[in-house]
Amino acid sequence: MQKQRPKHLDLATIRLPIPGIVSILHRVSGVALFFSLPLLIYLLHGSLSSAESFETYRAVVAHPLMKIILIGLLWAYMHHFCAGIRFLFLDIHKGLELQTARATAKTVVVVSLALTLILGVALW
Amino acid sequence: MVNRSVIGAHYGLRDWVMQRVTATIMVIYTVALALFLLTMPSSYAGWKDFFAQTWVQVLTQTTLLAVFLHVWVGIRDVWMDYIKPTGLRLALHAFTIVWLVSCFIYSVKVVWGL
Repeated sequence: MQKQRPKHLDLATIRLPIPGIVSILHRVSGVALFFSLPLLIYLLHGSLSSAESFETYRAVVAHPLMKIILIGLLWAYMHHFCAGIRFLFLDIHKGLELQTARATAKTVVVVSLALTLILGVALW
Repeated sequence: MVNRSVIGAHYGLRDWVMQRVTATIMVIYTVALALFLLTMPSSYAGWKDFFAQTWVQVLTQTTLLAVFLHVWVGIRDVWMDYIKPTGLRLALHAFTIVWLVSCFIYSVKVVWGL
């Protein structure tokens, strides 16, 4: 038996609350990291290579386009990390109240952006 | 009559738990690595020596295995949520497995300096 339930899924008019934004960004950042896995392993590879190839690696990583990609991935990791910790707490029923959930969602956005900025500036 | 899909989740709870356990392993590894890096002299030689130690290699490889299991559950959930045609979904599942196994093999080469 198929139940007909009212649906409101017009993405253009839905105003996603902050926990919803954190949730979808968790997904987006996860997918981005999935496709970047070979690049991330390559970065580890390059950082551990011999002295000569290390210079080549340095030039690759120093390219402005690469730096922008890396800042993007840094944010993806930080957001996925912070939002993931929040979800683990929600799983054990901590922070389920509406006000707390909104506050922690905001914290996740701010902290991951701040960490990206700090590490990004330090590594640039 | 149960509508079973050849590419359904099958073992929801087991995968759910695996997702959380592997996540926790990654958090611990990330924090520990960050602390080590802060106390280490930031040089090419220092980093290479650090990574040449067996215990660092073992814990890194273990964490990377956790990463790939975590990614498998997560990406599979994404395909299950958004991709409705069975054939396309099956193809994406297969692609994800090949992608992750390849990444795992590459990570073994890199971590152990082969």
